[in-house]
Amino acid sequence: MPDYMPHTEAEIESMLAFLDLASIDELFDAIPKALQVTGGLAMADGAPEPDVAFEMQRIAAANRGAASRLVCFAGAGAYDHEVPSVVRALAGRGEFVTAYTPYQPEVAQGMLQAIFEFQTLISRLYGLPISNASLYDGAASVTEAINLAVASSKRQGVLLSTGVHPTWRSVVKTFARGTGHEIIEVGLVDGRTDLASVAGREDIGTVVVPQTTFLGTLDDLSAARALCDQLGAVMVVVSDPVLASVLKSPGAMGADVAVGEGQPLGTALSFGGPYLGLFACSAAQVRRLPGRLVGETLDEEGRRAYVTTLRAREQDIRREKATSNVCSNQTLMAVTAAIQLGWLGTSGLAEVAARCISSTRHLAEAVTAIDGVELLLEGVPVARDVAITTPLAGEVLLERLADEGFLGGVALSALVEEGDGSVDPALRERTIVMSATERRTADEVERFTTAMATVIR
Amino acid sequence: MTAGAAPGGRASSAPLIGNDREPTLFEMSVPGRTAYQLRTTGIPVRPLAELLPAELLAESPTDIAEVSERDLVAHFTRLSHRQFSVDLGAYPLGSCTMKYNPKLCDTIAAMPGLADVHPAAPASMTQGWLELMVELEDALCEVTGMAAATLQPSAGAAGELTGLLLMAAYHEANGDRRRRVLIPDSAHGTNPASAALSGYEVTTIPTDERGLVDLAALREALDADVAGIMLTNPNTAGLFEEDIAEIAAAVHEVGGLLYYDGANLNAILGVVRPGDMGFDIIHMNLHKTFATPHGGGGPGAGPVAVSQRVVDFLPGPKPTRLEDGTFGWSTPPRSIGRVHGWHGNTLVLARALTYIKVHGGDGLRRVAERAVLNANWLRRRISEHYPAAHDRICMHEVVVTGTALKRATGVRAIDVAKRLLEEGFHSPTVYFPLIIDEALMFEPTETESLQTLEALAEALDRIAVEAHEHPDEVTAAPRTTPVRRVDEARAARTLIPTEDARV
Repeated sequence: MPDYMPHTEAEIESMLAFLDLASIDELFDAIPKALQVTGGLAMADGAPEPDVAFEMQRIAAANRGAASRLVCFAGAGAYDHEVPSVVRALAGRGEFVTAYTPYQPEVAQGMLQAIFEFQTLISRLYGLPISNASLYDGAASVTEAINLAVASSKRQGVLLSTGVHPTWRSVVKTFARGTGHEIIEVGLVDGRTDLASVAGREDIGTVVVPQTTFLGTLDDLSAARALCDQLGAVMVVVSDPVLASVLKSPGAMGADVAVGEGQPLGTALSFGGPYLGLFACSAAQVRRLPGRLVGETLDEEGRRAYVTTLRAREQDIRREKATSNVCSNQTLMAVTAAIQLGWLGTSGLAEVAARCISSTRHLAEAVTAIDGVELLLEGVPVARDVAITTPLAGEVLLERLADEGFLGGVALSALVEEGDGSVDPALRERTIVMSATERRTADEVERFTTAMATVIR
Repeated sequence: MTAGAAPGGRASSAPLIGNDREPTLFEMSVPGRTAYQLRTTGIPVRPLAELLPAELLAESPTDIAEVSERDLVAHFTRLSHRQFSVDLGAYPLGSCTMKYNPKLCDTIAAMPGLADVHPAAPASMTQGWLELMVELEDALCEVTGMAAATLQPSAGAAGELTGLLLMAAYHEANGDRRRRVLIPDSAHGTNPASAALSGYEVTTIPTDERGLVDLAALREALDADVAGIMLTNPNTAGLFEEDIAEIAAAVHEVGGLLYYDGANLNAILGVVRPGDMGFDIIHMNLHKTFATPHGGGGPGAGPVAVSQRVVDFLPGPKPTRLEDGTFGWSTPPRSIGRVHGWHGNTLVLARALTYIKVHGGDGLRRVAERAVLNANWLRRRISEHYPAAHDRICMHEVVVTGTALKRATGVRAIDVAKRLLEEGFHSPTVYFPLIIDEALMFEPTETESLQTLEALAEALDRIAVEAHEHPDEVTAAPRTTPVRRVDEARAARTLIPTEDARV
């Protein structure tokens, strides 16, 4: 009977005797007998750890698409970055992994200071003075940003650029069913949000635009700021934290709120989770900030100390009057991001950003030399993702490339729904989005290009 | 008990060297110092101004911090030494189920083949992940007595919101617009917050003198405008809602649904199932019940399981077993849509399935039995100084009240909690549930030994005696921790949320 419980039979008997009980079943006498499970759960009995480990290894081996098996050129919101041993070792320390929310700051200074350092780093990257302690993922961050912005502007209309990641937009629309926000999706023209299409719509109190779209193009944040000024709207910018280190920051471009996906900061691809929701805002919005916030203070002997602060915003105090129901976040990923950023440092992060941009351009130039392979948007600069069209359906192309040893990208037909304003409907089926991170080599790109030329022919 | 054996869960021997403050990463920074090493790629890095519009580029890269790898390791290792954790010692924080987190689960979650899979990789290349998720869904449905589940929600609160949107979608599909959700006054704060975000008004149901839902008040509140009720069972007072069959019948009678907050599921694993109690929607906290580590406040995972009548509304796409035995994705016909950017906190899901496989159906029942046994043993053992708010058999946690102690000595629940830190134990949850005065909520979990429970009880006894003899000693605690009580008012008044906000 494998398990992790310490009780000996003799101890169980003595504990029951102490409680004047004859059997362990009597502990559950308050539960009506008619409702109780009889004959046990219809599940296999427990198995020792080594047996389970073998079974889980069999399951892992069935994932042919793992980056350890296929060279990864897929991006579109999740990136294959270097995560060094030092980050894995530190972030894997049991003190961080097995702690809970720092309710008792006297014995949680480790986590609290690490979060304070994380908040400082995100604040600097986004160019805004406030960062929270993280949210679940990028999709959750943009959802919460909209809740904040609607509460602030007191208008239900939300302009949502289709340059924002398609699955995040799906999440936003799901939660808008409950809040009643009116989500107005706006298409892209030449890789930029078509802001002109909403001119004069004064019901819009929130404008959500990406710094770089999921197709890799750069949006016009100055135009978005001008629109926000005209409408009196709150400006929410979705920003990739790696690119943010070399681009003018969302704050510098006038964002009131900046959000993003922090996975590129030290979290493995992980099949999509747990990732890391980034959330920063202007000082004016701090009372509406969702999630936890760590602040610096002093202890009663005057020593520097950290504590979760402005707690009166949170659900356990405000209950149904809270603007967010967030309780837990992704603290471990936030600490991981602080460690990863500490390892990269100022020049390392900038080099990763520059390599992603350079190598993605290199990749795009290599594959578009193949007959029949073209850029989706000719002449439009891209950052770390690039969309190409080929003669093959995207999903077919990816299957064939996998046979050659590559995860060649993400098929747009799997990512965006038919009729989505982000892409020409005639090209959706034949488009894939690709990315080359700082880990991809010239040799890998060359072999990939050869493979693509072969499978397309 | 085994006389003389030392407790394994008491952390008071942990050495803490010195009393200096730990500098921040930024204070250790030296311009030009580096730690990073990247792969040799052979791809030249071109000047960014050649690749992107110059007006979008920053003049200089964002200032991060510049430290050596050696100093980075020292810094975060020292921070880890300033942090209480389950690995260090007993963590009887009520409502949070801080049980031991098996290390195997971490190893599995870090395996190549699971940890390095891109979330958008096609189904043909992720058959293992899809199988894992289908198997976990099946196991969670068996444990809860439900028909199907979504694994997408990232945490309990996200699960609540998902569950309430499912409730709304169900009523809407019946052409039924209902505005109210009933929530007991003992509920977690997330319940009313989630209900409000789902567009519902909250009606609070009082607790009766038994510590249970006031059935008469509930019947009074029920009408055709009620979309459903959110219940935690066992409730936050650690008591099983024994009228659950009557409650379910009454709510169903007016066409409402029953939502189960799975925060306390650990108490009833293999003993009774929410589906058999009449619940329609349930979220689980895998980071509580199924031992996935809490990570300092996340990541969690909050799958939502539903009864047959709600199945068609579940979020999609959902991992699905196909007729030919392979796995794919499918979206339920009337799905509310996605609630996660990808597929959920998948590495947390892998940990939970590993835990479930080691325990099996038989082991999960033993988990509930021993969690409840430990809580009851502690309840009786400490009852002299810390009487239970409700003097009867409890479930996996016990709420005691410090009212008498406070009256006699001036020592409050928070003081007891702080003084307990010096004794080598994490504090219990204090002042929750809100309806119990001077509440101290202990959840020892099934993985603490009798010796650890005895040591915890002895520490609590010592504190009670000290409260009578030297109350100032108790209110001065903690003194042995890296910092002493912190000035929370100052933190809020002079907000310093980043290094750059220091004056």
